[in-house]
Amino acid sequence: MINRLIFSFLFSVIFSFFASASSEAPNASSSDDTAAQAKPSSHSEANTRVTSHDVHSKTFDPVGLIMHHIADANEFHVLGHTSMPLPVIIYNRDKKNWFTTMSSAFHAHHGEGTVDVHGYKMEQSRIHPLDGSQIIDFSITKNVFGMLLGLILLLIVFFLVSRAYSNRENEVPKGFQSLMEPLIQFVAHDIAKENIGKNYLKFVPFLVCIFFFILMNNLLGLIPIFPGSANISGNISFTFALGFLAFIMINVFAKKDYWGHIFVMPGVPKALLLILTPIEVMGIFIKPIALMLRLFGNITGGHIAILSIASMVFILGNVGKSIGGSIGGGVIAIPLLIFVNAMELFVAFLQAYVFTLLTSIFIGIAQEEHAHADHH
Amino acid sequence: MILLFDPISLITPDIGYTFWTLLAFVIFWIIAGKYAVKPIVSSIEARNQKIEDELLSAQKARQEFEQLKLQNDDLLKSAREERQVMLLEAKKDADSFRSAEMAKSKEDATRLLEQAKSEIENQKRAAINEVKKELGTISIGIAEKLVREKLTDSASQQSLVTKLVNESLSSN
Repeated sequence: MINRLIFSFLFSVIFSFFASASSEAPNASSSDDTAAQAKPSSHSEANTRVTSHDVHSKTFDPVGLIMHHIADANEFHVLGHTSMPLPVIIYNRDKKNWFTTMSSAFHAHHGEGTVDVHGYKMEQSRIHPLDGSQIIDFSITKNVFGMLLGLILLLIVFFLVSRAYSNRENEVPKGFQSLMEPLIQFVAHDIAKENIGKNYLKFVPFLVCIFFFILMNNLLGLIPIFPGSANISGNISFTFALGFLAFIMINVFAKKDYWGHIFVMPGVPKALLLILTPIEVMGIFIKPIALMLRLFGNITGGHIAILSIASMVFILGNVGKSIGGSIGGGVIAIPLLIFVNAMELFVAFLQAYVFTLLTSIFIGIAQEEHAHADHH
Repeated sequence: MILLFDPISLITPDIGYTFWTLLAFVIFWIIAGKYAVKPIVSSIEARNQKIEDELLSAQKARQEFEQLKLQNDDLLKSAREERQVMLLEAKKDADSFRSAEMAKSKEDATRLLEQAKSEIENQKRAAINEVKKELGTISIGIAEKLVREKLTDSASQQSLVTKLVNESLSSN
């Protein structure tokens, strides 16, 4: 126990020393994509936008850093100057045409800054039209890239596990299979069967898939280095899509009694129905919206918490000007970071569970068939 | 401080990303749902069913075995009792047979002894009579020789001797 404390203390000191030393180096400060983004240029030259990287006047902007991380991006920043180029696919609604390129096309060939391509500029790692026309960005963004990576991993995992079942039929689960079985069994049995009832088997593939899809993307977001780190599931679009599918699964397969309870609640005076029916109708939409906002808030909140704590090193260190301050910040921040990361690991599982559980509860309500409708 | 990001954009669903999420999830749902989740869940169910069945049948077999054992024990116990009874009977039979045999042989022995005794008695009596007869003859001879000079009438003499011999026999 004491050894661990000493180790983590030393680790914090070393980490913060390197962190402050690297941000002190004149090149490194601008090399950090996020730091560079913290103070983009307000002045633009004819074709080339140069982000300012005046080391000495630079101040650390944690809000900019965090929000830049939370948001999606058209390129995937790996390390230092290196960004992974991603395909840009844009539909211009005003011009009614498609525009495709690679995100690397927006980078100036020499030195810093970005260039404009075909009437589009890159700002904050996102593509914007120069003329202000409406666009729909179908690009493989950082989040989409992370999600597709997650999809491939999930398909591999499920392929291996299902193969294990067909190869070793009726045998004791082994290896990876024994890790997945309790989870699948948990979702299928303790979440779906418990809450939905006799029709549960129809919804099991959806619920298992949504559980693992959310879990995998939550976990990928927690990995702090390149293939991970994208805030995939902490994005309102992501949770909106899943909430929308949950909405469909709840309502499309709903039984007659469900609609009966919404529009004409049995056993309630007619006058009350004037209030109750609109509330119930709103409830149809509020349920998936709550699912959407809960997942978004939890994952985004986790990312913000982790980045805020990590920012402490730079704030207290005054961006490398005070080694002592950054060491102090590191000593405080690193144990907290470890703690919050562990919490987030738990939250990644918890939110996947909560989303799946609530979806199956709502499906269960919609599947319920009352023998005596006037019992209520 | 100027905010460099648009906070509203953070909570506005983006059509592109929503599209990709839907696409990725639906692909996952179709492929994994059909080719992995369904077979996995059904094979877990099947395995659980099999385990349950096997547990039940094992329990049943154990019960049957228990019952068999009980029956066996009963059988053994009754067999043991029967053996005891048989042994006792056999002993009793043997005892009675032996005592009967012994009584019979004793009887035989006594009978033989009796026979022997009466034979001996008879023989003895015959021998004594013979001896007496012989003795009388010898005595008569002696007396004849003694009284020949004194007695002429031998017939009266003879009757006297017989009378004397009989007297002596009956007194004997």
